Amino acid sequence: MDLQLSDDQRALRSGMRDLLGAVFDRDRLRAAVERGGGVDRGLWRELGAAGLFALRLPEEAGGVGLGLPEAVLLFEEAGRALLPGPLVATHLAAGLVKGAAEGEAVVTAAEGGDRPVADLVGADAVLVAGGAGVVAGEELKALVAGARPVRSMDPLTPLHRVEARRRAEGAFAPLHRVEEHPAGAGPGEAYPGALRHAGALLTAAEQLGSAARTTEMAVQHAGAREQFGSLIGSFQAVKHLCADMLTRTEPARSALYAAALTGDPVEIAAAKLLADEAAVRNARDCLQIHGGMGFTWEADVHLHLKRAWLRAARWLTAAEAEELLAADLGPVQPLYSGSAAGGGRAGEAEGAG
Amino acid sequence: MDLVYTEAEEEFRGRLREWLAAVLPGLPPKPSPDDWPARRAHDTSWQRMLYDAGYAGLHWPVDAGGRGATPTQHLIFLEETEKAGAPYVGANFVGLLHAGPTIAAEGTAEQRARWLPPVLRGDEIWCQGFSEPEAGSDLAALRTRAVRDGDDYVVSGQKIWTSHAEVADWCELLVRTDPGAPKHRGISWLAMPMDAPGITVRPLRTLAGSTEFAEVFLDEVRVPVRNRVGAENDGWRVTMVTLSFERGTAFVGEVVACRRTLAAVAAEARRNGRWDDAVLRRRLGRLNAEFRALWRLTQGNVGESERTGGVPGIGGSVFKLRYSGLRQELYEAAAEALGAGGAFDLDREWALDRLSSLSYTIAAGTSQIQRNIVAERILGLPKGR
Repeated sequence: MDLQLSDDQRALRSGMRDLLGAVFDRDRLRAAVERGGGVDRGLWRELGAAGLFALRLPEEAGGVGLGLPEAVLLFEEAGRALLPGPLVATHLAAGLVKGAAEGEAVVTAAEGGDRPVADLVGADAVLVAGGAGVVAGEELKALVAGARPVRSMDPLTPLHRVEARRRAEGAFAPLHRVEEHPAGAGPGEAYPGALRHAGALLTAAEQLGSAARTTEMAVQHAGAREQFGSLIGSFQAVKHLCADMLTRTEPARSALYAAALTGDPVEIAAAKLLADEAAVRNARDCLQIHGGMGFTWEADVHLHLKRAWLRAARWLTAAEAEELLAADLGPVQPLYSGSAAGGGRAGEAEGAG
Repeated sequence: MDLVYTEAEEEFRGRLREWLAAVLPGLPPKPSPDDWPARRAHDTSWQRMLYDAGYAGLHWPVDAGGRGATPTQHLIFLEETEKAGAPYVGANFVGLLHAGPTIAAEGTAEQRARWLPPVLRGDEIWCQGFSEPEAGSDLAALRTRAVRDGDDYVVSGQKIWTSHAEVADWCELLVRTDPGAPKHRGISWLAMPMDAPGITVRPLRTLAGSTEFAEVFLDEVRVPVRNRVGAENDGWRVTMVTLSFERGTAFVGEVVACRRTLAAVAAEARRNGRWDDAVLRRRLGRLNAEFRALWRLTQGNVGESERTGGVPGIGGSVFKLRYSGLRQELYEAAAEALGAGGAFDLDREWALDRLSSLSYTIAAGTSQIQRNIVAERILGLPKGR
């Protein structure tokens, strides 16, 4: 048992960090914000060439043949860099939609309910929850024609609402059945089961990357900004905010890596719940530490917060995750009655002084 | 990165399970929390059983009388004993978790030979003389003085929050041996026999109603110089070794216990109908996520300490900070699950635990101190006020 990263995993992660530093630095981030988001096809191909989408496809299917733990490390980096676009959906579609694995096709996901669809315009295909399938071609055109744009809170993520009426009329049919796809097992298992779990896990990885990044940003700012003649990072009130950020991030990281190893839906729910909370609350604390500057458009903090809020509503919400985790609390095994008796541990805090 | 245990580790787990299944049904029930002599007898006889079966001092070095087990084996031991509901380390915890490992790491061969075997056998138990009324979280502000007189130190002062002092044989004692030195220097670490003349133990009543800890008054107590562990005035460094053990593995079994309690709370809520309350149900679901994450964090920390040679790192502060708060949240949720009919009844399981959980964010370094440690030593923020 060793939850530390292997040398190969470290290399994979630093390779992704280097790549993103080269193809999506802060200038490109801010340019994308000015553009109003949307998918950059050139960037998409570079990510495809780097193996982000084909990572978990078997080598015989043209993929990289790695697993969820490695995918989690790459999506963590994507989250740190605030990389825009339907990364998770395209990754899930590798092997299901032609060109997705290579980054030639852009694939987004319609998760159902009243959740808006991200990056719908310009997508080549849509993974559809509940229908176990993919919408493309003429069906996609009809879907887009009936969709209503949402004025998106996240300037990097265009959103559309897909009308329930059109869904009822069968706009999503006929579907290209997921099961018929040659990729077969692996990522080609029936959506929304395995794909939904993987979607939640990879989204949690993006959240974790964002949570770690906003912690760094807060610590950097607190170590550079002076007020009342001192660095604000020397004030306990500020220090404690930073400490809480790390204390949220690290348990979430442990839960995430373990969930990536086991693939267990309950562990994935735990990881998503804690990573969502870490991303959202860390971004808020980071904004607080940046003071007035944090409330401006120029600071990147709001971009992290808005994306974190959006991701928290994707694949598995807090309410859904909590219900799943509650259902997991099953009956308890009978135990040695001596220590299980009431107050058995009373006052035995490890606190001798 | 994997969660796979080796064949040897699984074999170790299997043997341990068999042993626990054989011995636990024959154990007497746990004595009342207020009956200290009975508690001591119960806890030390369990320690003797562990010793005889070869499980005492599992993670201690072999040359200190331990078994030299890997951190992972130690983790398995703590996990399985807690899952099986075996007795807690109890009255012996300072000796086994703090003083013992400190003496093993810093003591002379003679000191190890004198103090370690009785701790492992359960013959002698230790208490901790660190905290003082005027010092508390500012541990280095301690005032208890030791003045050299021939082959003895003459110790005078007062300690507080000294758990198990009434029944302890030895005390790991911090004293000021150089009052003129800066406060972190001039401190020494002594092993004080609790039957020495001049020691007065006065039990304190906790808010849970129990006499869990005590004040200890020291009036010209003579402690032989040979009982000093580490160099004179180098006690702060030795203390940091002790505290790293305190924050490192001391809570591993408790996380398992909390997960077990959480499942029991859910079962109680299902039984009494409170499970239908979505707010409570979701709260328990969230705690499930938190304690699962703490368990994974523990596994990660153990893997890391295996790499670094067994000494726990400062990441223990992240764990302690998170855990102590969550333990309190767990018993708040338990009270809600019990409802007004059970939450205020001290005979009910969890009512007393709810009270005792309040010490967790204070003992072993307050949450505020832990936040400073995380901010300064892990995140690298500047020292300040």
